[in-house]
Amino acid sequence: MCLKRKDLFCVAIIGFHRAVPMTELSAHLPQFQHGQLTENFPDNHLSNTNDNSERRRHDNSERRRNDNPESETNGQPQNRAQQVVEQDEEDEELTLKYGAKHVIMLFAPVTLCMVVVVATIKSVSFYTRKDGQLIYTPFTEDTDTVGQRALNSILNAAIMISVIIVMTILLVVLYKYRCYKVIHGWLIISSLLLLFFFSFIYLGEVFKTYNVAMDYITLALMIWNFGVVGMICIHWKGPLRLQQAYLIMISALMALVFIKYLPEWTAWLILAVISVYDLVAVLCPKGPLRMLVETAQERNETLFPALIYSSTMIWLVNMAEEDPEAQRKASKSSTYDKQAAANQIQNEDADMDDGGFNPEWEQQRNSRIGPLESTPESRAAVQALPSNSQASEDPEERGVKLGLGDFIFYSVLVGKASATASGDWNTTLACFVAILIGLCLTLLLLAIFKKALPALPISITFGLVFYFATDNLVQPFMDQLAFHQFYI
Amino acid sequence: MTAAVFIGCSFIAFGPALALCVCTIAAEPLRLLFLIAGGFFWLVSLLLSSLVWFIAVQIGGSNNASVKKNLLIFGVMVSVLLQEVFRFAYYKLLKKANKGLMTISQEETLPISVRQLSYVSGLGFGIMSGVFSLVNILTDSLGPGTVGIYGDSPQYFLSSAFMTLAIVLLHIFWGIVFFDACEKKKWWALALVILSHLLVSGVTFQNPQYEGSLVPSYIIMMLMATWAFFTAGGSLRNLKLCLMCRDKDFLLANQRPR
Repeated sequence: MCLKRKDLFCVAIIGFHRAVPMTELSAHLPQFQHGQLTENFPDNHLSNTNDNSERRRHDNSERRRNDNPESETNGQPQNRAQQVVEQDEEDEELTLKYGAKHVIMLFAPVTLCMVVVVATIKSVSFYTRKDGQLIYTPFTEDTDTVGQRALNSILNAAIMISVIIVMTILLVVLYKYRCYKVIHGWLIISSLLLLFFFSFIYLGEVFKTYNVAMDYITLALMIWNFGVVGMICIHWKGPLRLQQAYLIMISALMALVFIKYLPEWTAWLILAVISVYDLVAVLCPKGPLRMLVETAQERNETLFPALIYSSTMIWLVNMAEEDPEAQRKASKSSTYDKQAAANQIQNEDADMDDGGFNPEWEQQRNSRIGPLESTPESRAAVQALPSNSQASEDPEERGVKLGLGDFIFYSVLVGKASATASGDWNTTLACFVAILIGLCLTLLLLAIFKKALPALPISITFGLVFYFATDNLVQPFMDQLAFHQFYI
Repeated sequence: MTAAVFIGCSFIAFGPALALCVCTIAAEPLRLLFLIAGGFFWLVSLLLSSLVWFIAVQIGGSNNASVKKNLLIFGVMVSVLLQEVFRFAYYKLLKKANKGLMTISQEETLPISVRQLSYVSGLGFGIMSGVFSLVNILTDSLGPGTVGIYGDSPQYFLSSAFMTLAIVLLHIFWGIVFFDACEKKKWWALALVILSHLLVSGVTFQNPQYEGSLVPSYIIMMLMATWAFFTAGGSLRNLKLCLMCRDKDFLLANQRPR
């Protein structure tokens, strides 16, 4: 199926904000404060690299502070004499074992996303075929001179970045003025687009590649099921693995769109500029992302799970409680209580079954611990107790989070490398290893500095350096070696 | 030139490495991290050596085939030396990291010992080296073509796979011996490792006379294997106990929860 100009327009407008690299790395490590385990609930380490501001807004609305210094995860020396407190030292050992585990918990989905993208690029030729460009990159790269091409790509990158900056600022403004419905609506529309439209195109192209005959009815059923389950998993609740799988799939789909519609030099320039922008936006005091993080911190708000990949069921703690708003309403209004009591009596009459708690048992209990009755208020009060549910949560179950924008841009880099490199697999693998090591270093820096850091710059820099170096230097060398069958 | 060749060659070259990864590395995240970091260091060394070779070729300039071959040989030697330099650099980095860990944590024992690190780093170097050598050849083997139609050896794929296997295993053994030599300051052992690496790369210059290159490489590999085995603390007694399933340490170690 070939996309027409108007389709590209719609795709670009609605789907674009998905591509914002929102990098937010938050390691949920238990904090030992005053001898009590508390959850680092509202502080997220933000490593924003890109920005699709909307996404970032959502992702950045929760900030987790790592107070536990994470020791080297990949072998860098740390000789800090700060941690003298015994509890902190215990945490050091704990955090080191966990630090490596968390890094691997991030490596696995990033690797999977990249593998999906590279596998698609290598097999489905649709994504490497030039079928026009996005409206955000209006200048073509099929020019006569190299100078003209360079100029066009610089202009394209500039336009793209200004669009991103404008959208980021718009999102900060929306967030500041609490226009949550607008943000929510936008997110839902983009998820719908990704889960239904883009996956329909993807499936169509895969069927074309493998020459599989498929009727529209079966296809409609498949896409419908895929999309609806995806919407439920991403925006509401679902099994953790399924949610993770869907987030990886939508990141891969978005990355494939970028790989297809961004011309070569523009893509590399955009990757480079976006890393710089992310660095600036997160670290500068007046940067939009920093402002976003601080606003979210003040409001103590939760993240939208739709925009962040999380490796464990963090919201399990919330699941055990009722909806906080309903809870508050229940405890405040007395009519609810009466209604509940009335319901209870009605149920008892209906069943005539006390479930084993016969009157003698109740008398015994009353004599031992006094008359008790479970009311919605008391239940809500118990459930509202934070420490119990958190203390019971195994520290090993804490996970890490990474923004989907990071997945997208890493995959774009590796996908472009596999699509256009002359070194082919060598270049792809080199970029892959470089990105993983960059991610590792970023997590290490996060542990050292304990504040919001951008995650894209290091990985993308390494990735770009390795791409150009491998493509131009290593590939001819390895080629010659393979030709003569010399081994190093 | 079919899937059979592809699967066969890839498993010949990477089967043992894959088995080692699955059995020893996959369960421990820290080891996996050090494996990938080791691969990264090897990659950086390759980058630098390609840069040196590239500059040499630009300076050398001529289109003469023998000059090019000599420059390539020079490039190979530089690459081997740089790999060993980076192995040493990785060793230094890991030592510093371990020292840092020791000062911070209360425990006496490190989460990962230098011996395990030597094995993991050797495996990392070996896997990256093997992958970079063989992966483009493997993709070519999937496609159509006839091997050796212009008079080259028809055993190109098979010999490449076997050579890659030798290199992967050799890197593991070199890693173990190298780190141990650095720990105990046995500079002669270090020199011997570097010499054996140069030797193995050197014999590959005899390709396509595979008897001249594969056989010596495998002999050197066996020798290095025994050296690494004894360096890592193995002995004939240990080996016998292990094979007869009477090695108490090994049995106990397997019972410990990971």
